[in-house]
Amino acid sequence: MLEVKNLSVSIGDREILKDLNLTVADGEVAAIMGPNGSGKSTLSYVIAGKRDYEVTSGEVLLDGENVLDLSADERAAKGLFLAFQYPVEIPGVTTMTFLKATLNAIRRQRGEPELSIPDFMKRVNAAAAKLDIKSDLLKRAVNVGFSGGEKKRMDIFQMAFLEPRFAILDETDSGLDIDALRIVADGVNALRTKTRSFLVITHYQRLLEYIVPDKVHVMAGGRIVRSGSKELALELEKNGYRDYVEAEVA
Amino acid sequence: MAAVQETIDRVKSIDVSEYKYGFFSEIESEKAPKGLNEDIVRFISAKKNEPEWLTEWRLEAYRRWQTMQEPRWARVAYAPIAYQDLYYYAAPKTAAGPKSLDEVDPELLKVYEKLGIPLNERAILAGVEGAGEASSRVAVDAVFDSVSVITTFKEELAKAGVIFCAISEAVRTHPELVRKYLGSVVPPTDNFFATLNSAVFSDGSFVYVPPGVRCPMELSTYFRINEKNTGQFERTLIIADKGAYVSYLEGCTAPKRDENQLHAAVVELIALDDAEIKYSTVQNWYPGDAEGKGGVYNFVTKRGDCRGANSKISWTQVETGSAITWKYPSCILRGDNSRGEFYSIAISNGHQQVDSGTKMIHLGKNTTSRVISKGIAAGASQNTYRGQISSHRKATGARNFTNCDSLLIGNDCGAHTVPYIEAHNHSTQFEHEATTSKISEDQLFYCMQRGLNAEEATALIVNGFVRDVLQQLPMEFAVEAQKLIAVSLEGSVG
Amino acid sequence: MSIQIIPTATAAENALAEAFREAKANLPGTASVAEQRAQAFEAFARAGLPNRRIEAWHYTDLRNLMRRALPLAPLPSQAQIAKLAAEAAELPSPRLVLVDGVFAPDLSGPLPAGVKVTSLAAALAEGEPALIEGLAAAWAEADDAMVSLNAALMQDGLVIDVAPGTVLEAPLHIVYATVASEPAARFSRSLVRVGAGATFRLNEMSLGQGGRTGQTNNVLIFDIGDNANVAHSLSLTGTEPNSLRLETFLVKVGARAKFDSFALITGAGLVRRQIYKLFNGADAKASLRGVSLLRGREHADTTLFVRHSAPGCEGRQNFRYILDDEATGVFQGKIVVDRIAQKTDGRMLAKALVLSDEATMNSRPELEIFADDVACGHGATIGGLSEDQLFYLQSRGLPAHEAEALLLEAFAAELVDEIGDEDLIAAYRADVAAWLAGRADA
Repeated sequence: MLEVKNLSVSIGDREILKDLNLTVADGEVAAIMGPNGSGKSTLSYVIAGKRDYEVTSGEVLLDGENVLDLSADERAAKGLFLAFQYPVEIPGVTTMTFLKATLNAIRRQRGEPELSIPDFMKRVNAAAAKLDIKSDLLKRAVNVGFSGGEKKRMDIFQMAFLEPRFAILDETDSGLDIDALRIVADGVNALRTKTRSFLVITHYQRLLEYIVPDKVHVMAGGRIVRSGSKELALELEKNGYRDYVEAEVA
Repeated sequence: MAAVQETIDRVKSIDVSEYKYGFFSEIESEKAPKGLNEDIVRFISAKKNEPEWLTEWRLEAYRRWQTMQEPRWARVAYAPIAYQDLYYYAAPKTAAGPKSLDEVDPELLKVYEKLGIPLNERAILAGVEGAGEASSRVAVDAVFDSVSVITTFKEELAKAGVIFCAISEAVRTHPELVRKYLGSVVPPTDNFFATLNSAVFSDGSFVYVPPGVRCPMELSTYFRINEKNTGQFERTLIIADKGAYVSYLEGCTAPKRDENQLHAAVVELIALDDAEIKYSTVQNWYPGDAEGKGGVYNFVTKRGDCRGANSKISWTQVETGSAITWKYPSCILRGDNSRGEFYSIAISNGHQQVDSGTKMIHLGKNTTSRVISKGIAAGASQNTYRGQISSHRKATGARNFTNCDSLLIGNDCGAHTVPYIEAHNHSTQFEHEATTSKISEDQLFYCMQRGLNAEEATALIVNGFVRDVLQQLPMEFAVEAQKLIAVSLEGSVG
Repeated sequence: MSIQIIPTATAAENALAEAFREAKANLPGTASVAEQRAQAFEAFARAGLPNRRIEAWHYTDLRNLMRRALPLAPLPSQAQIAKLAAEAAELPSPRLVLVDGVFAPDLSGPLPAGVKVTSLAAALAEGEPALIEGLAAAWAEADDAMVSLNAALMQDGLVIDVAPGTVLEAPLHIVYATVASEPAARFSRSLVRVGAGATFRLNEMSLGQGGRTGQTNNVLIFDIGDNANVAHSLSLTGTEPNSLRLETFLVKVGARAKFDSFALITGAGLVRRQIYKLFNGADAKASLRGVSLLRGREHADTTLFVRHSAPGCEGRQNFRYILDDEATGVFQGKIVVDRIAQKTDGRMLAKALVLSDEATMNSRPELEIFADDVACGHGATIGGLSEDQLFYLQSRGLPAHEAEALLLEAFAAELVDEIGDEDLIAAYRADVAAWLAGRADA
């Protein structure tokens, strides 16, 4: 279970998250929707442990443990995964090398033995099959020369491979065409279990047709301003975010 | 893949500034008296039973050297070298001319074993047969201080017509080849350090690959400085005759000492028509301690002459060692359609100073060259790429592409790029690009989000940064080099 | 006993020593200025004319190229100046005219509010310490023999003060005119101080043969206040084959200031521009651009020293060369990033088109970086015109020479068009077109 309690975050003297509260239960898929600039990506970065942000108050609890003092890799070892809005290119490092390095780093942190080569390959192939990733793609450098859509798909593939406890999908739908969107959504849905939770951040309702959320939260001005069931997404699609933005300005 | 893992393990398991090869071996040696004069030059020449012409050649170089001044244009700073305080000749007493492995001092063999350099052909063959891959055999010339102690696989190479032996031996057994080519690429008057080398050069390797022969295995020389206060002045001469091919690698280490050690080598490569020479270096001389005390002064002149049409010379270097590196492996592209390449990884940490790069001198028509340099500066080190690309008036159709990237790790180091680009005709196409940056925060965060800690993430990103160059190395050396890179960056991540 | 090695002075060096000995009593300035002149000449004499062993002059061996030193230009008479009045009246305004390096207020137009101008000679005679110091403006990198020579022999020049907050839309022109009948040497030094928050544009041009003959050694110092927005352009066109022109440009850029400079060199006996740009306030932006179009046996050298001594600054350096016949182009650019200058964004690009097998291009872009959180890069290309582009244009019906001219013009114009002032763009484009027309005629 992930609990965000009274979280306030600034960059420089600009406050981006304001006393934000959010709970995602085990096995739950929660969606966060909101207009541009509402602080959605900041929330995902702060949960994952990016350094540029100053947490002025509050805590982020993963299964009851505050993770805010942990480094990003320590959080990853606890099972936190962020699918990036803009996955980063790492020239010269093949995806295969990267997968092995990350999995073993996580296993080492957990005190688990490294995976044997055959077991590792099995795991890679299983995840690749889920996301329809061709093996020659894995021999190329991480995200280098990939289209926006390919990068997103590779990030979800990494998620399927690492089997995290809690996954955040930051605007994963942007840049995906309809076929790729379906593949990515199928990949995510296949990973849904009673214990694994997802936080799906999106600007549009479209993604939620494929990854049907248990809850929908609306974020504006650095806060969760409304929460509801999946129908809330449809309402937003119809009316837009105007009401929330105006409320914030007022 | 495995290498990355090992890299990461290595980073974790080794203490800061641990130099694995820093041991000293108690091996009785014979030395020339300290200092340098004509008598010492004669002594060295006599020790090697050299013909008179070579003794004279050395003496002339020595006289010339006395009139020369140490070059000062490189971005390196060091206390004056006391040339009269050095030994110019040191040889293990037992090394005088062993013919077979059984005759080599077992203590010496132990040293190489400890360094991970196999000299036992039978053992290598056994291992290789097990692996079933004949191509990964490497013939080794082991140079210990001033002499070559053994050269492996000589007989098998001889069957292919390849001559691979110590240069001191080649002077006796193939005087016509040595006389024809020695100093023909780096003349004895070339520069202060090359001239010094010409006067006092001790040992080094000689390779001749006859016309049309593809050398059946990798050749390699392993240089070890062991004695205290001893300069090492090896001289390597490689000739690939028409249509020949050879791949050659050199490795080097030295004990940890508080005093600086001088190493001034000369390497000459000659490629005739349609020949190709691939020369790789993994340089891991002792870099000095965390405070910058000790370490090897590495002043090296390496030059290849693409003398024939369609010839090719390729330099690949991984520079992680030495307190000071002053080194510019170059190509003279004399033959029409010849090609020169320079691939370099230069990593500096601690108080190391690197001033390295290349020269591509385009003289023939339609000559091409390619320069890929990756510099990584960490700690309090200074890392300079210095290069020259030039095309002669008559070198129509000359092409060069140069890419120099530098990474800075930490805020006490410096990275510098000094290219000289000179075009003298209108059909020249030169392209140069260079960047300097630090490891991006985004890349670090991305890797850390996936579970790597800061040091692992850095090692991974750096290995990616240098991959283009690593790929140029023969397989077994690439793995070694990759490990070396991680070790060299020890303690650089804050 | 100490042995002093005295290299044999060249004829030009001897002539310069002679010129200084003769002229020093009559050069403007207080006693302390005279003392500084003597020291400066001493520094020049010690170093001698720069030669290829001096790294910064590696490709322009002045010791070898400057065979003789011309005598100092005599002070222009009032009658000579008056003769220029009609021509000067045609020039754009506001303007400041220098006749043989001497400020001629009568030929200069009325100045806009917020701008104050005095002649260097007057300023030196007054000897106000702050101003003398500003004129010296020799930060470490500008330790150069030819700058020292200028400090010793400077005859006149301008001191331009732009008051803080002044906003000037129209450019102020500095016009170089000449009246000396014999080839002569001219040394001028000018100081431009732009107050905080001011907006100001300066353009340097020639009148007739002004600045195009003889030997000219000009130093222009820019001291740009915080938040100021300054643009500068320089036309060095039509310089005579045997002329020598040295232009040293020292720019200090204040915090959050913007600076933009462009120079066009067409026709150069021997031209050397050396630019020292110092970022000494945070978050400034400065761009240096230049185009050199050379033919015959012309030689043009642009050498930059860009130093980032403050964090967060953005530097852009973009230079292009077209080289024909036996011309020589030199580009040297060095970006130094001090340890304090984190978040520096520095770029440098030098492109050369070599059109003849007898032409030479020497390029040396350097980076010297001591701060880790930077993004710096340089690029250099040397080559001929793209065969693909030529073929493309020809396939669309253009004859080969027209296709070539079109591509050459575009290559130069890309940088001209960034000047940011329509009239100046038109004027500089006309100079480019004139050069290309000259090529077609040949």
